[in-house]
Amino acid sequence: MADKRPLNDVMITGEQNYRSIDDAIGSLVIDPKRHKYPWYVMATLGFLGANVLAATVTWLVYQGIGIWGNNWPTMWSFDIVNFVWWIGIGHAGTLISAILLLMRQPWRNSINRFAEAMTIFAVMCAGMYPLLHTGRPWVAAYWLLPLPNIMGVWPQFRSPLMWDVFAVSTYFTISLLFWFMGLIPDFATIRDKSTGRVRKVVYGMLAMGWRGSNRHWHRYEQAYLLLAGLSTPLVLSVHSIVSFDFAAGIVAGWNITVYPPYFVAGAVFAGFAMVILFAIPLRRWYGLSDLITLRHLDWMAKITLATGLIVGYGYMCEAFYAWYSANPFDYHMSVYRRYTGGYAWAYWSLILCNVVIPQLFWIPKARRTESTLLIVAVVVNIGMWLERFVIIPMALLDSYVPSASQPYYPTFWDFAMFAGTVGFFTMMMFLFIRFLPVINIFEVKDLLYKILGGKAPPLPAEIPAGAGE
Amino acid sequence: MSYGTPASPGVYGIVAEFDSAEKLLVAAEQARDAGYKRLDAFSPFPIHGLSEATGFNDVRIPWIVFMAAVIGCFAGYTLEWYTAVIDYPLNVGGKPLNSLPAFFPVMYEVTILMSGVTAFLIMLALNGLPRPYHAVFNTPGFERASQDRFFLAIESTDPQFDHAGTFDFMKGLDPLAVSEVSS
Repeated sequence: MADKRPLNDVMITGEQNYRSIDDAIGSLVIDPKRHKYPWYVMATLGFLGANVLAATVTWLVYQGIGIWGNNWPTMWSFDIVNFVWWIGIGHAGTLISAILLLMRQPWRNSINRFAEAMTIFAVMCAGMYPLLHTGRPWVAAYWLLPLPNIMGVWPQFRSPLMWDVFAVSTYFTISLLFWFMGLIPDFATIRDKSTGRVRKVVYGMLAMGWRGSNRHWHRYEQAYLLLAGLSTPLVLSVHSIVSFDFAAGIVAGWNITVYPPYFVAGAVFAGFAMVILFAIPLRRWYGLSDLITLRHLDWMAKITLATGLIVGYGYMCEAFYAWYSANPFDYHMSVYRRYTGGYAWAYWSLILCNVVIPQLFWIPKARRTESTLLIVAVVVNIGMWLERFVIIPMALLDSYVPSASQPYYPTFWDFAMFAGTVGFFTMMMFLFIRFLPVINIFEVKDLLYKILGGKAPPLPAEIPAGAGE
Repeated sequence: MSYGTPASPGVYGIVAEFDSAEKLLVAAEQARDAGYKRLDAFSPFPIHGLSEATGFNDVRIPWIVFMAAVIGCFAGYTLEWYTAVIDYPLNVGGKPLNSLPAFFPVMYEVTILMSGVTAFLIMLALNGLPRPYHAVFNTPGFERASQDRFFLAIESTDPQFDHAGTFDFMKGLDPLAVSEVSS
């Protein structure tokens, strides 16, 4: 499967040395010519999407959340669906950067940086929804945070919604620190490689005077490992707590103990699909296929498959509870709102997307073909969005008061805001590709050093920039 | 820390440049065996065994982070207890005001937040960052320390430091270049 002379266990292919790694990754920041038309197309599309978001949010804040389709009894809908979907997408980044680090999986070194960036931008998108869902985000401060206020009221800490505020804000802060910390030595590399004055000053300030001293590295590695150790339970707690928003409620179809593991697995499932979705264009457009190898894609596909099976087990549990709990409301909700009824297409498409199609990944060739990977990744992301859609509005619209049950229809603005966050996310990712080192330079060098058994790589034969291909 | 009074004013130390990590490791060990104490090594990525070779150790970070975690846990609980029991007692379904099990998630998140932020800040603080200027940047070709070269410095604060002797010693370590670096 590995195309060229394999140097090692195909985690880095091609003839590589420290200089060629620097050039392959660092030049993305230093040399604008490495960004061809795909970058401009994607960044423009993202920018347009971000404008759609700005327009939607403006109208929303002006007019109120009545512009959405949310209504009694479906009080939570696209806003919370998208919140959960985005948060879930972020989880793969932390899983790759923290859990795989603790498990000493060095192959993560070449994908962790952009997966972490994905986490941060996804959490930004996620965070917008609950804030805007309050309708008045400027006064949400004292509803969400324990800020002393003139009314003398405090948030209710027994509520999973408060846990969620703390979980998501902690998650964002820690992910950002983890990401920034990983960037510091790479900023120093960019600072030292760049020739332009502006770039030298900007990256020099970001590098904060990093000089690669052994004393720095010593403390750096301690702190990095600690952050990884702290992020690991954090990432598991975040989606567990998100699932408590539902599981701790008494809505039929939500009150199920399988929710926390099922949500976490679903998050990793969607997240890895999104990482694959970004990794393939990245290696293709920027000639990074020696660093993001087919082996990486293969492993990511396997994780997607494994978490997909856990999610499939979750669907089975839901069906089992609906029947075995003998709760007529659960049963009614499952049978008449999910498996049959007006929105049954959503349920069955999600089964197709999340359970049936990912089984393709059992076939080794499918895991190593870019086109199959891309298609399955898109399908999985659609499937996970549908899953949240089936969980949230479908359960809510089956109220305990039969007369209150009424269908739910999203409006134009629901879709506009979702499209807007997708655009914002794309824009941020492509700005990231342009201005920050997209692969962790020092960790890949470390990986190369370890792969070579602590021997020096072949001396640089003055390889030209863009040495990837 | 490492920035004491230099024995010879105006000199940061003698810096040798190597082209591989293993040469740097060997050189650091030799320098240490020769009795030098104030060694510093510079590399584009962390090299395991280099701290041992240069005789550097620092175990403060894990302890500080642990203390931050304990403080965070108590801070989280205190916040919840004060707001839910003292300042704004609200009877929800007859549950006790001090409902500890429901308080765990927030305590947990505050613990992680405090320790994570502390780990980041203490790493910077103990490393003396941000620090825009450092004498070692005067070394010729030092911009490659973040790319593909490896440097070993014997600082002039070392009790055994003497210009000519240290310079000759460094030359014997098979470096690409040796230079005296002014501070």
